[in-house]
Amino acid sequence: MAASTTFYDEKAANQRNSVLLVLLVVLFLGLLGGLIGYALTGSRAGAIGAIVIAVAIGGLSSFGSYFLGDKLVLAASSAKPVSEEQAPQLYNVIRELTIAAGIPMPAVYVIQDNAMNAFATGRDPGHSSVAITTGLLNVMNREELQGVLGHELSHVRNFDIRFSLMVGVLVGSIALLSSFFLRYTFWFGGGRRSSNNDNNGGGALQLIVFVVAIILAILAPIFTRLVQLAVSRQREYLADASSVELTRNPHGLESALAKLAGDTTVMKEANPATQHLYFHNPLMKLNANPSSLFSTHPPLVDRINRLRQLTGEAPLPPDAASSIGAAS
Amino acid sequence: MSATLIILIIVIVVVVGFVVLTYNGLVQRRLRVDEAFSQISVQLKRRWDLIPNLVNAVKGYMDFEKDVLTKVTDARANAVAAGAQGSPAAQATAENALTGTLRSLFAVVENYPTLKANENVLSLQEQLTTTENQIGFARQHYNATVLDFNTGIATFPAVLLAGPLGFTKREFFEAEPEAQAVPQVNLG
Repeated sequence: MAASTTFYDEKAANQRNSVLLVLLVVLFLGLLGGLIGYALTGSRAGAIGAIVIAVAIGGLSSFGSYFLGDKLVLAASSAKPVSEEQAPQLYNVIRELTIAAGIPMPAVYVIQDNAMNAFATGRDPGHSSVAITTGLLNVMNREELQGVLGHELSHVRNFDIRFSLMVGVLVGSIALLSSFFLRYTFWFGGGRRSSNNDNNGGGALQLIVFVVAIILAILAPIFTRLVQLAVSRQREYLADASSVELTRNPHGLESALAKLAGDTTVMKEANPATQHLYFHNPLMKLNANPSSLFSTHPPLVDRINRLRQLTGEAPLPPDAASSIGAAS
Repeated sequence: MSATLIILIIVIVVVVGFVVLTYNGLVQRRLRVDEAFSQISVQLKRRWDLIPNLVNAVKGYMDFEKDVLTKVTDARANAVAAGAQGSPAAQATAENALTGTLRSLFAVVENYPTLKANENVLSLQEQLTTTENQIGFARQHYNATVLDFNTGIATFPAVLLAGPLGFTKREFFEAEPEAQAVPQVNLG
């Protein structure tokens, strides 16, 4: 008998995991910054200074994308605004969800593409947009459409865009710190400056710290990228659970995911920079292993099985899993 | 200024701060409950307003089915009246009856292929579907705000203040026994 959960449990678990992952990155940033600062200056003040500078630069560069981000993304995906007269049922489905969620209506866009997909963007529910492909509109029925849009609106109301930005700033800061440090080390031959109170013990410690810092600086970008992808997958599960919270209908979303699994069209305008925003990873066809650690989205099979857990149904049998994986 | 006095002042500030923040939080949640409740009426009224258009759109095509149309119009009038002055139980019964007549109407429309394909009718059908959904979601959202408020006043540490500050539990929206009956589809 399959284990049964509630969407409240799912939400709580996903939020907890997201926070833990972010804490991990923050600690890593602190550790790396501290080590680099100490390695370079031999003092604690240098360590703290390095962290502050890296975060400040990372933060400033993200400031712009926070406010302008959604316009850029919409333009990049060739999304066209659509009016209520042109798509009444789409507007109705979205409106019903905003009533259930208690949020304002987002701006609605349509993308001319046969591939089935959707995304939401916007820093908070008052400034949000939802885009959906013609491929998805043609294939999904009303309850499936509502499941998909519930997922997208949940990204907005869970402040996922803001959350991803924050994680992005942290990861970017780590990458900046690492690249600066490695460049400094190789171009300027290390340039270790000792503090005023230098003695043999202090010098040796600084050397050890230096070596550790180099190792971490090389590993840092890939490690934090993996964490960032893990966070992205958690937020996708969270959006699925939140969609069920709105619609109280796991079957709609499950049916939509199953239809997606059979879709073999690759999106025309998708690119790696925006893939994390989409409902379904638009580049998944190019990913040999759907369960990869390098994917922004969890495998479709796992998403379907979690939804089945909500209604106490058995998970998909293993052979169904492999055929869905092969088709996607 | 002795250390004891400083500590005392800090403790007082912290306690006052806690009381203020708790009070504001609870007031905010209670207001959301009130707003969600009135939103339900907004959706019910939307449905009342849509129905005359629907009746007009199908009237011309359905000379033999005047009965069904009259039932819809009467049920709507009852619902409006119950909404103005009835008890929640009476209101729920009236709304449920209205849903029943609408379903009968659309069951009958199935027999008229020209009418079924008529764009006006299809558009009105979608509007009624979405209105029914919006009523349901408005009730669901109301329950969500009630849950949030009730949880807020029942959990520690706010529970210590909730009673003295005058916050009491709110009731969930539950379908009245009459409303829990499946609406009758009468093809009469």
